Amino acid sequence: MLEKALSGSKKYWTWIFILLVLIGIGTVNYLRQFQTGLAITGLSRDVSWGLYIGQFTFLVGIAASGVMLVLPYYLHNFKQFANITILGEFLAVSAVTMCMLFIFVDMGQPMRILNVLLYPTPNSILFWDSIVLSGYLALNITIGWVVLGSDKKGIAPPKWIKPLIYISIAWAPLIHIVTAFIYAGIPGRHFWLTAIMAARFLASAFSGGPALLIILALIIRKFTKFDPGKEAIQTLGKIVTYFMLTNVFFFALEFFTAFYSNIPGHMHPFVYLFAGLDGHAKLVPLMWTSVILAVVSLLLLIFPATRRNEATLAIAAAMVFISLWIDKGFGLIIGGFVPNMFEKVTEYWPTLPEVLITIGVWATGFLVLTILYKIAISVREETAGIEIEH
Amino acid sequence: MSMNRRDFLKIAGISTIAGIGGTAIVGGLQKGVIEAAQTAPDTDTLTGKKWGMAIDMDKIKSEETLKRVTEACHRIHNVPDFSNTKDEVKWIWTETFEHSFPGQEHQFMPDAIKHKPFLLLCNHCDKPACVRVCPTKATFKRKDDGIVMQDMHRCIGCRFCMAACPFGARSFNYRDPRTGLKPEEINLDYPTRTKGVVEKCTFCRERLAKGLQPACVEASNGALVFGDLNDPTSEIRRILASKYTIRRKPELGTEPNIYYIIGGSDYAVVPEIK
Ligand code: SF4
Ligand code: SF4
Ligand code: SF4
Repeated sequence: MLEKALSGSKKYWTWIFILLVLIGIGTVNYLRQFQTGLAITGLSRDVSWGLYIGQFTFLVGIAASGVMLVLPYYLHNFKQFANITILGEFLAVSAVTMCMLFIFVDMGQPMRILNVLLYPTPNSILFWDSIVLSGYLALNITIGWVVLGSDKKGIAPPKWIKPLIYISIAWAPLIHIVTAFIYAGIPGRHFWLTAIMAARFLASAFSGGPALLIILALIIRKFTKFDPGKEAIQTLGKIVTYFMLTNVFFFALEFFTAFYSNIPGHMHPFVYLFAGLDGHAKLVPLMWTSVILAVVSLLLLIFPATRRNEATLAIAAAMVFISLWIDKGFGLIIGGFVPNMFEKVTEYWPTLPEVLITIGVWATGFLVLTILYKIAISVREETAGIEIEH
Repeated sequence: MSMNRRDFLKIAGISTIAGIGGTAIVGGLQKGVIEAAQTAPDTDTLTGKKWGMAIDMDKIKSEETLKRVTEACHRIHNVPDFSNTKDEVKWIWTETFEHSFPGQEHQFMPDAIKHKPFLLLCNHCDKPACVRVCPTKATFKRKDDGIVMQDMHRCIGCRFCMAACPFGARSFNYRDPRTGLKPEEINLDYPTRTKGVVEKCTFCRERLAKGLQPACVEASNGALVFGDLNDPTSEIRRILASKYTIRRKPELGTEPNIYYIIGGSDYAVVPEIK
């Protein structure tokens, strides 16, 4: 099926070319980082994780959200998702690829990455995270590829794939729960030390992922003959609405506990993020952008008229995505480090090379996504109209 | 009894430095072969089941003392100096009371205490959060004496331990540490590190193996007392039994082993427990 990725329109090749250029720029900057060390990033002794780990965390959520399509389709036989389930699975593959790359570029000694497996350490959450992530990647590649291959031949997928699909459904939330545990079990970082962290992660994942899928589905419909289905997109819209509401609700719970209890350590990160602390307020505009986008997107999503209109739905989905990206890909990590262990403020802001490396990794993810989607769509365009029982 | 042993060890340590009967040990401690001390303990080695430290802030009267103590450690352990806080590496350093013990200060406290610089270093915690999170066991707690160690050859530089340590005791080598050392000041008896790994205070285990007190203790003129917390007759235990001491963030359950003596200028006369 891979050959399908090698024939495409001029637009397709232009897009691939742009991605390759971005990957090239990212790689050159990564080599510089590899040479000089992480000093070329904005990271410091006080804020020792930043943009890279933020992207990793955010993308684990995107990966996990594939289950929002797989579950209704396979467990509830929800036919509307027949066409786009494959999009969810392949999005997961691309997102996990990015996750792994972000971990890799964040490491001080990347050549020693195998030490995680050579010296397995079950008390480390990072050890479990590497296991659940690689397992999830393998599951989604296998399932997506086998199902698509059968579609191409016009036959039902082999029986052995069913158990794998059920495993992947249970596995998806797991990757995000384990990722939340990286943060939620650390003593002394008040912003992270919250039992609701994993629940928050899932809520933001199940709104952010489907929001991205809505956008991708609309793009695909515009540029190809493949139709993900109007009803499918509407259902995704409802999923985004409910989980975004849950996400905002969870965040409000955190806010209440921090400020009603009036415990300084719990309040400080929030104060830093949303108002600035000791005269340091670099993240304030960003965090308020996230809040405003969340509120406006919810208004657009809750009112049926704007949710049913695909143009406004697309805007709402983009707002949800950006809002969550800021909240989880940036604010969550930095809020854990500011103020530092000495109740002092050291600010963080990514440097240009750091941003270019980050864009390079995203471009790699999008390249994987484009190729996988191209294959899936080409197959689906050929078999359009044929009903296949899965 | 234990005092006598300690005295003996002091003499042994001094003679080691002087090279009297100690040349073999010094000669054997070339760069890279330091591990040898673990497999073949020297008879001079200071032994303890649970090392700890008591720091008497009243005894530290001047900036010079603080400087001498921190520099002793950093010089002997080839800790680089980049003169910028972003890429900073430090094993022992000072922080004012209000920042060392956040939440303990209050508005009516004398400024002299509030702004008094406290010496901070790794607490070699009993239940270290850093060890719990490390995915490669590159940081680990030694069973025999409780020192929280760092394997520079295994560390992958993920910095999970830095996120987890509630005491900000760990530094990451954001750049090549050798570029932050003056070539003429490099201590050839101690390894330099590479970029991309995390490091911190090791309780001078290489000195303990030679029967020496930690470098910071030696440079402190008695303000820092190092000893075995498991031994009820040790000097440190007698101090802890008779003086008011506090630890950093005990509520987090890591069980830090560095104690700060508050108002204890006369602890030296504490009677010996028989
Ligand atoms: S002070 Fe920090 S680095 Fe040292 S043992 Fe405790 S948790 Fe680990
Ligand atoms: S940075 Fe090194 S010591 Fe720290 S957790 Fe990672 S591998 Fe372990
Ligand atoms: S015990 Fe040794 S390594 Fe630790 S701070 Fe003192 S001199 Fe430095």
